[in-house]
Amino acid sequence: MRRDWSLWAMLAATIFLLPLFVKSPYYFSVLIFIAIYGMIVLGLTMLMGYAGQISLGHAAFFGLGAYFSSILTLHLHLNPWLAMLMGLVATVLIAFLLGIPTLKLHGHYLAMATLGLGIVLQIIFKEEVELTGGPTGLTGIPALTAFGITFSNDRTFYFLAWIFMLALLGLSINLVHSRTGRALRAISQSQVAAGTLGIPVNRLKLSVFALSAGYASIAGSLYAHYLAFVNPTPFGFLVSVKLVAMVVIGGSASLWGALLGTTLLVSLPEFLTRLQDYEMVIYGAILILVMMFAPRGLTGIAGKIFELLHGLTRGKNAQAA
Amino acid sequence: MEWHSQLIQYLATGITTGAIYALVALGFTIIYNSTEIINFAQGEFVMLGGMIAAGLLAMAGMPMWAAIMLAIAFATIIGIIFEQLSIRPVKNPSVMNLIIITIGGSILIKGAAMIIWGKDDRPLRSFSSSQPLHIFGAAVTPQSLWVMTGTLLAVILLHFFYEYTITGKALRACAYNRKAAKLCGISVERMVLFSFGLSAALGAFAGILIAPITFTSYDVGTMLGLKGFCAAIFGGLGSNPGAVLGGLVIGTLESLSAGYVSSGYKDAVAFLIMLLVLYFRPAGIFGKRTEKV
Amino acid sequence: MKKLALFTAILVICGLTFATVIAREKPEKAPYKIGAVIDVTGGASGLGEPEKQTLEMLAEELNAKGGINGHKIEMIIYDNESDPTKAVTKAKKLVNEDKVIAVIGATQSGTTFPIIPIVVGAKIPLVSVAASWKIVTDPDTKQTRPWVFKTAQSDSLAVSKIYDYLNKNKISKVALITVSNGFGDSGRGELLRLAPEFKINIVADERFGEQDADMTAQLTKIKGTDAQAVICWCIQKGPAIVAKNFKDLGMTQKLIMSHGIANQKFLDLAGDAANGIILPAGRLIVAEQLPLTDPQRKILLDYKSKFEAKFSPAKVSTFGGHAYDAFMILTNALKKAGPEPEKLRAEIEKTKNFAGCGGIFNMGPDDHEGLTKDAFVMVEIKGGKWELLK
Repeated sequence: MRRDWSLWAMLAATIFLLPLFVKSPYYFSVLIFIAIYGMIVLGLTMLMGYAGQISLGHAAFFGLGAYFSSILTLHLHLNPWLAMLMGLVATVLIAFLLGIPTLKLHGHYLAMATLGLGIVLQIIFKEEVELTGGPTGLTGIPALTAFGITFSNDRTFYFLAWIFMLALLGLSINLVHSRTGRALRAISQSQVAAGTLGIPVNRLKLSVFALSAGYASIAGSLYAHYLAFVNPTPFGFLVSVKLVAMVVIGGSASLWGALLGTTLLVSLPEFLTRLQDYEMVIYGAILILVMMFAPRGLTGIAGKIFELLHGLTRGKNAQAA
Repeated sequence: MEWHSQLIQYLATGITTGAIYALVALGFTIIYNSTEIINFAQGEFVMLGGMIAAGLLAMAGMPMWAAIMLAIAFATIIGIIFEQLSIRPVKNPSVMNLIIITIGGSILIKGAAMIIWGKDDRPLRSFSSSQPLHIFGAAVTPQSLWVMTGTLLAVILLHFFYEYTITGKALRACAYNRKAAKLCGISVERMVLFSFGLSAALGAFAGILIAPITFTSYDVGTMLGLKGFCAAIFGGLGSNPGAVLGGLVIGTLESLSAGYVSSGYKDAVAFLIMLLVLYFRPAGIFGKRTEKV
Repeated sequence: MKKLALFTAILVICGLTFATVIAREKPEKAPYKIGAVIDVTGGASGLGEPEKQTLEMLAEELNAKGGINGHKIEMIIYDNESDPTKAVTKAKKLVNEDKVIAVIGATQSGTTFPIIPIVVGAKIPLVSVAASWKIVTDPDTKQTRPWVFKTAQSDSLAVSKIYDYLNKNKISKVALITVSNGFGDSGRGELLRLAPEFKINIVADERFGEQDADMTAQLTKIKGTDAQAVICWCIQKGPAIVAKNFKDLGMTQKLIMSHGIANQKFLDLAGDAANGIILPAGRLIVAEQLPLTDPQRKILLDYKSKFEAKFSPAKVSTFGGHAYDAFMILTNALKKAGPEPEKLRAEIEKTKNFAGCGGIFNMGPDDHEGLTKDAFVMVEIKGGKWELLK
């Protein structure tokens, strides 16, 4: 618990100090995307790693947040913060309702149901042209403002995005170390056993599902205000798969895994532009290899390295004694 | 166009597409039966069938039947390699692990196809003439008939295989109870290998059948695979007749809804049907009731 | 101790990731850097690939001649994978990191819209190769965007040309079948908007998805109406499938398509089914059939032979032509005015009588596209070949 909070503090410090060394808006934009996708992946990690449920349709909740924010600010001229809040509430509610029948399923069936939901939602984004602008999308989404600052360039938006990310991270750390968090972990080991311990399995699963949808919705709203443009492309099946990849590669058992996985998979394509054509092949290969040889992802590897080092020092001490 | 001609037209298209979904769904079912794995890469084998055939036919002097046989053979080999390299070596795989491995496999195969063959759409020659036949006022192309008869043939052959050959019976034994099958001396590993190969072959066959109608390119596999999966779920995972029925039902409903309801939402039909099945009768139409869902 | 070590590990991994990104920075001075954000892969790859090839070819050619006033051209082309998000990051990279003096792109209207604020915000010219008139004119204020230009003919022009043809042939009842993506949407929008002006009656409005493999259902519905002509607005393989389905159903209406099919790939895919299709197109595909007096003839034949020699077996396409026009207009202005952004912009705006691949460009402060209906000719496909309709 203390470890997580100190890591959190060090991350916060890094985030705030970084702009002293980094100047180019391009790097800020990469960092912004890491924050935005990081929020979704954080929620997904709690769902997949801690509650043991899989979702192959999370990009749709990302989209719901983005579209709610865009439509409410553009068509109804609502205050962007209010729109974000309303979008959050709406998305969480939708996730809750959809979750009731969906989370009764397990394994492949759950995966396919979430996949189906994601695809249907994306089709709705594409087809309801009057509302969503259809495939062409919506432009001119107003910027977020607060305390007199307009968050319209990369430097300022960087701070906004990471403040949200740090907040959600803090919330997650709290959750994971609470009774609820331990209950979740029990569920991921065995739903039946957890049930016999008196844990309200269904209610908890639903809550985490809705919560992770909420994280995605916030990320979506930020995304819409950042780009000032939305269209259905970033909210499809392939993105949902990439999100799962970020969870898995980072390591689904750790919140920090979410951050690691996202950082890796968002920045990798940026500095491998020469290998653009090979991106898909590399992605697929990484997924397979990680699942085969490091199923607990990068944090799993980091953990193992630790155990090794720890074991070595322990051994030395034992001998000395 | 009179209403009955319109209806028959929609049905003709629907059954053709449905036949392809049926073959893809069968591919899922076969692997699921012997391994309880859902192979998300199934759609890519459909793509490979069409693409390899198109590539072979571009070589001078290659007759159609040879291209078809070779394409199926290559796809089968790739399916076997995939199983050997990615599925077999995994110890104690969890459901999530396997799902992600097969998804990774599908992305890998798709990416490789893009590098090898480029991003263009490729046409494939129809097996026979392209002159459509007119049945009760609806136009049906000979290729559609090839698709329907090809699928029917595959289903019948599969049935005979499962009923009357030793390997087929061994596969069925694995589906009922793996441990018991092992105790009977059936090599479960070999059965798994065989299922992957057979699924790949079926998928490739489907891809070749449909390519003259829809063209083929490196990314056709994704949607076909997903819709085939919807069909398999509809029929009940693990049920061969269910897979075929599921494919036909979904293909037909898709076509009818595009014609009578809304063409924009056509793609959603298969997934909505799947969601309904999952919510109200997860085991599917012919699924085993004891299915742990 | 343990937590510090773990944090250091995480920091190192994050740090290494960034270090590598930062390390790519290389300061350069003399060459003129022109950036391009193109949809080379993804849904519009059939359009983006020839655009990229054309830009590379022209830059090479120009540099071989010594560049512009002694400065070489450095053409920096990024692939946005037909994805608006990636278009944004690539545009930012061009503007902030590579510090280009102008940006060409993107291939589609959908990938162009999000990068407009980025390039305009940096006050450098943007020359798009996409079709929508909303790129150069703000649709809400109807003002021309000062920093944005485009070389692809607007879909509104294409639609007007088609409707002219229909009027001439006394056809007034029309069925639409369009694809559900940026290109199809934009075309459909214009088709619906301009119909009353030309007294066209739209009796059916069908749509299909980008990945759809069969449009028989939609065409069957259209067959049941009293449409005299069917207009299909789509790019890549969709129109070929529509053409085949149309032929199989034995439909007898006139089949009209958009300028999006004006490339050899369409002919290859559609085969026999392409015959009889009518479309508006830039003069590039019928270059040999143009009268010798046509001002574009020489340029078109020149571009065609150079492109096909270098990239064979690929054939020229109108899309590559848009990139050609963008590059030439940009570099012509660069030659006259130099790289200073405001001067460059003003010079591009002064482009007059430039005979390019897409048409003859006459730009002005209120017209950053510079083309009229005459940029198009009507073409019919006969015997698998493009034939100019007189």
